[in-house]
Amino acid sequence: MGYLIETVYFLTAALFILGLKRMSHPTTARSGIVWAGYGMVLATLVSFVHPQITAHIIPANYVLMVIAIAIGGAIAWYGAKKVAMTAMPQMIAIYNGMGGGAAAAIAAVELLKDHGSHAAAPATSVLIMAVAGALIGAVSFSGSVVAFGKLQELKFFKDDAKFRFSGQQKVNMAIFASAVLLGLVVAVSHSTSGGLISVFFLLALAFGAMMALPIGGADMPVVISLFNAFTGLAVALEGFVLGNSAMIIAGIIVGSSGTLLTLMMAKAMNRSVSNVLFSNWAALGSGEAQEVTGSLKPMEPPDAAIQMAYASKVIIVPGYGMAVAQAQHKIWEMCKLLMERDVVVKFAIHPVAGRMPGHMNVLLAEAGVPYDLIFDMDEINEEFSTADVALVIGANDVVNPAARTDKSSPIYGMPILNVDHAKNVQVIKRGKGVGFAGIENALFFADNTRMVYGDAQKVAAGMIQGIKDLG
Amino acid sequence: MEAVVAFFSPIYILMLAGILGYEIIGKVPVILHTPLMSGTNFVHGIVLVGAMVALGQAVTPLEQAIGFLGVLLGAGNAVGGYFVTERMLEMFKSSKGQEK
Repeated sequence: MGYLIETVYFLTAALFILGLKRMSHPTTARSGIVWAGYGMVLATLVSFVHPQITAHIIPANYVLMVIAIAIGGAIAWYGAKKVAMTAMPQMIAIYNGMGGGAAAAIAAVELLKDHGSHAAAPATSVLIMAVAGALIGAVSFSGSVVAFGKLQELKFFKDDAKFRFSGQQKVNMAIFASAVLLGLVVAVSHSTSGGLISVFFLLALAFGAMMALPIGGADMPVVISLFNAFTGLAVALEGFVLGNSAMIIAGIIVGSSGTLLTLMMAKAMNRSVSNVLFSNWAALGSGEAQEVTGSLKPMEPPDAAIQMAYASKVIIVPGYGMAVAQAQHKIWEMCKLLMERDVVVKFAIHPVAGRMPGHMNVLLAEAGVPYDLIFDMDEINEEFSTADVALVIGANDVVNPAARTDKSSPIYGMPILNVDHAKNVQVIKRGKGVGFAGIENALFFADNTRMVYGDAQKVAAGMIQGIKDLG
Repeated sequence: MEAVVAFFSPIYILMLAGILGYEIIGKVPVILHTPLMSGTNFVHGIVLVGAMVALGQAVTPLEQAIGFLGVLLGAGNAVGGYFVTERMLEMFKSSKGQEK
């Protein structure tokens, strides 16, 4: 039986690697997840006859296993199928948290198990890995739950400042240090004391939540990506504890790729990961923000449409507002009308537009926008000066010129789209509120900027009508 | 000698898998970052397998309860991760179809 298991796990690992490889190219991406899916199904099925289980069969456990898979799978399936595309980032967060929780649960069972009675006692080094995996997994679990709550804009999590207090980092470090210390005590003393282990888990869970609570929603993608890497690492560590090669390989691959992705995302925001984690927006800037002068000049959707219809080049900058309004379909419909009038239409995507890298690309792909119209920031930033109209849809911080000039601004130094270089700027915005970073945007007050207020989908519909009326 | 090999083989796995994960992400276009993050999220759903083993070995009711929770969470990670990723990538397929 051991050979069967190892052969299937080997196959699974191969399918995961090939699947991820295929997922990293647009044309093969879809088949990639299917390959990885086959790997997962194979591994799950064969694990029912894993020698570690069949050595001492306890029938009740099989019943529990099937029920747990059915419930967990059904809830997750329902959630994944029903949720709107805009809510995808928080869904990734919550499923990632579940993985971390599962890793922590494995560790808990291993630590609580009284090895004196039915198996050889594990080495201290194994227990240290179990404890480390438990700590990382539990942090990922509670942190991801907080991230989910923030992105879902649940009321309790809404106010980031509420969770900030002086000496916070010291308190967090104290919690973390106690968790590590307690974990080491458990591992070294081979203690199976339920009390000690419970306190250890509570400390780990508390640290994860405390770490994520003060972080603003704009930084959440980086944090979710980091927790994703954490879960991978936790899974790999528990894989070593169980001697499970599929978990080891899959966990390490996710750990390393997740770490790299986190670094890439932080880099796109021109911040280091530690900066995201340990400093709050408010504490960053020194002195008062530069005074914003000028006034907001509103414009009606049909007028905006006419300006675009007679332009030769329009660059569209989508942001979270487009996602919230589900406006991508209407926007693309409008673009097609513009293109029929021989207007050159391009989309410019900031690396952190929306709540996650690639978030906008997913939405535009959903609407059917071809790839060759979509450009990354580096590719298109020079072109804004040749554009007649730059249309900003519910984006704010990623087009704020303060990032270039205002040293006191919390977003100073972040690369931005040079929307202000375009001849005319139109901004679709729901209201006069500030962006996620909570700061005013000088772009909106510029002489060549017009504000088109309203829900992005309704505005786009108004623009479509405006273009059609031109005949 | 065999003991030495047994000691080093996990370290080799660690190194090679680590480099592999790094390489896979390194060449990915920005547009696939979110789906790929979702994909890697699915891959660590393999934790389900470990949770099954943990539950299978559980003896006391407490171990069974924790094991049950572990399998439930692991299954959620695997199933949810799969369908979220699939839904995202489905869109890339449909947009390709319209291009033609």
